[in-house]
Amino acid sequence: MTESPLTALKHHIASLEGHAHARAGKLFTLGAAVVDTKLGGGLAYGRLHEVFADETDDGASAAGFAMMLALRAAGDAMPILWLRQREAEARTGRIHAPGLAEIGLDPARFILGIAGDAALLLKAAGDSLRCTGLGTVVIEPWCSARALDLTLSRRLALAAEQSGVTALLLRTDAAPSPSAAQTRWKVRAAASSTLPANAPGMPAIDITLLRHRGGPDGLAWRLEWNRDQCSFREAPLPGAVLPLPVGRSAEAGRHAA
Amino acid sequence: MRLAAVDPGALALGLMPGIALADARAYVSNLVVFDHDSGADHCLLEKVADACERYSPMVAIDAPDGLLIDITGCDHLFGGEAGLTAEMEKRFTDVGMTVRTALAYSPEAAHALVRFQILPAPDEETAVKRLTVAALELEAETAIGLRRAGLKTIADLAVRPSSALTARFGREMTYRLACLLGQADSRITPRRPLAALVVERRFAEPIAHVETALAMLGELVGEAMLGLEQRGAGGRHFIVRFFRSDGAVRDIAVETGLPTRDPAILDRLLRERVEALADPIDPGFGFDLIRLGVARFEPLAPGQLKLEGGAVDEAALAGLIDRLSIRLGRNQLRRFAPRDTHIPEQAVLPLPAIETNVPLRWVAPAPDEPPLRPLHLFDPPQPIDVVAEVPDGPPRQFKWRRAQHEVARFEGPERIAPEWWRQSPDKPGFTRDYYRIEDVRGRRFWIFRHGLYGRERGHPAWYLHGLFA
Repeated sequence: MTESPLTALKHHIASLEGHAHARAGKLFTLGAAVVDTKLGGGLAYGRLHEVFADETDDGASAAGFAMMLALRAAGDAMPILWLRQREAEARTGRIHAPGLAEIGLDPARFILGIAGDAALLLKAAGDSLRCTGLGTVVIEPWCSARALDLTLSRRLALAAEQSGVTALLLRTDAAPSPSAAQTRWKVRAAASSTLPANAPGMPAIDITLLRHRGGPDGLAWRLEWNRDQCSFREAPLPGAVLPLPVGRSAEAGRHAA
Repeated sequence: MRLAAVDPGALALGLMPGIALADARAYVSNLVVFDHDSGADHCLLEKVADACERYSPMVAIDAPDGLLIDITGCDHLFGGEAGLTAEMEKRFTDVGMTVRTALAYSPEAAHALVRFQILPAPDEETAVKRLTVAALELEAETAIGLRRAGLKTIADLAVRPSSALTARFGREMTYRLACLLGQADSRITPRRPLAALVVERRFAEPIAHVETALAMLGELVGEAMLGLEQRGAGGRHFIVRFFRSDGAVRDIAVETGLPTRDPAILDRLLRERVEALADPIDPGFGFDLIRLGVARFEPLAPGQLKLEGGAVDEAALAGLIDRLSIRLGRNQLRRFAPRDTHIPEQAVLPLPAIETNVPLRWVAPAPDEPPLRPLHLFDPPQPIDVVAEVPDGPPRQFKWRRAQHEVARFEGPERIAPEWWRQSPDKPGFTRDYYRIEDVRGRRFWIFRHGLYGRERGHPAWYLHGLFA
């Protein structure tokens, strides 16, 4: 792709400005090369992406994946807003700020909003997506697919497009329905790579790309989240116990694997 | 049981508050009685006090049945003291209340005059001096003492040296006497803190449409913003008070995260607030007074846009937080501050996002560790059935929400002891042993055993406390 010097300069200035506008239409990577190449470079900023839990019990993994994507999209400093319906709070438990820190998000730049019903939530989400001061908005309604129809999802997608704020729609207890989303993911918990003494390791998930506008879909990966680099990586083969000499601090072995 | 209050009819029959119900029934066989509801009385008094704030912002409740209003500097708006009392009496008589008013230089004197004055007097001083000593509302013992000494009226006391009275009847009595005579410095503590900046508009003809009222409010907002600009300040907390002509008062409050004096922003916030009300504003027969108070303001220098554009984004975020706080509710939009405790559910302090301007300091977790705290936390923890090889060992399988989970990997226990220094010694609480669990399907849980087996409890209970990503 060739760019004229003027557009190149404009892009450069925009990237210096760090504006949400400027990001619109550009791509953010997931960090795992296998996924990024298949996606054609990454996922688009300023678009609506949907994350579905495979089963209701995978809700925490789906929420984790949404949070990880939000982190990738928001960069190092932009605030992240998570809007939840009260029902979700009751069913899956409340968001635990130290848990966010364990995923790699500094809770100081996290804002949580609880809405009483789906209509209120989606209205608030539309308003939030127009706010250029946010990095990512995670929207977690707890309603039937019918309550969240194509019109509503298109409205969200348009708001995201105009401001350049990335929208992530997290659906724990719903089946996919037609929507205006750029990509749609299905998330399932996966066995983590075992640490010494049979301890569970870094969060591992199976993701399936159910839908991708203008790109291939139906692809599946098993990814692991690296909190320290805030990036995904391909999970090691299941069942592989990683060698580790003494204690957890000597981590060379795990990285080599 | 005794009578708490009687209506004029009963009073005419000779019944009085304080007499026993059985006696009252003996006098009047077809007596109709209702249970005394002091809470409702208090609510009514609060409402009346709200309505009285149209006369002066300094209104205090004088329980159980009175109000004290400081009308200093307010009476001329109603044509002097006489005009003010007439207007007040008319307003309350119109809605079917019986009111008595008294004007005095001290709150105590007004309180005493309205309750104990029997005959009209030419001026306040004579009126107060004519009152009986009952007006001091002293303890029974002191009152009897005064009567035995032959001191019947305030005038009797006023002529005597206060040192002698203090020696005989105590300091309390002389203090009350001084208050009553206006010699002590006593003031009203208003029910609500006074707004630092108030603009209001009175209407000769009540406004019966909410939309018109909001348009008027828009004008008031403009005035208030001018006032703020003159002070070089921006408001953080705005209170709008709609006074209905029938005495009902409706308050609407709006808070902003950053000091603001932009009329457009505030107008939008107020409309947002009005839309979000669970019970909409009811104009009834119309509003005859709308008052906008700026309860809190902070210095705000005239803004300048930064070249980098950072200020725009920050302002956009602050505006969004204000709007969402109004729409979702003040406490429904939160930020989180860390707390210094090991008890997981208490380790986070949720703060309203609108209040949180200071940066929150969170400690980053140690590198290369897997997540040790869950993303989702259940509060309260959910009880589960656990099968373990040994009672104080790790779980083998557990049942949660009617599903069986086979443990594939675990780490633990992480032992969290109760905070004994905060608990009473006879109820020490139980130690929790936390395990990070991964089941065969890859789902990660945080569960704990409540109590040490054999030492604290015979059969410790198990709970699921959180879910990892």
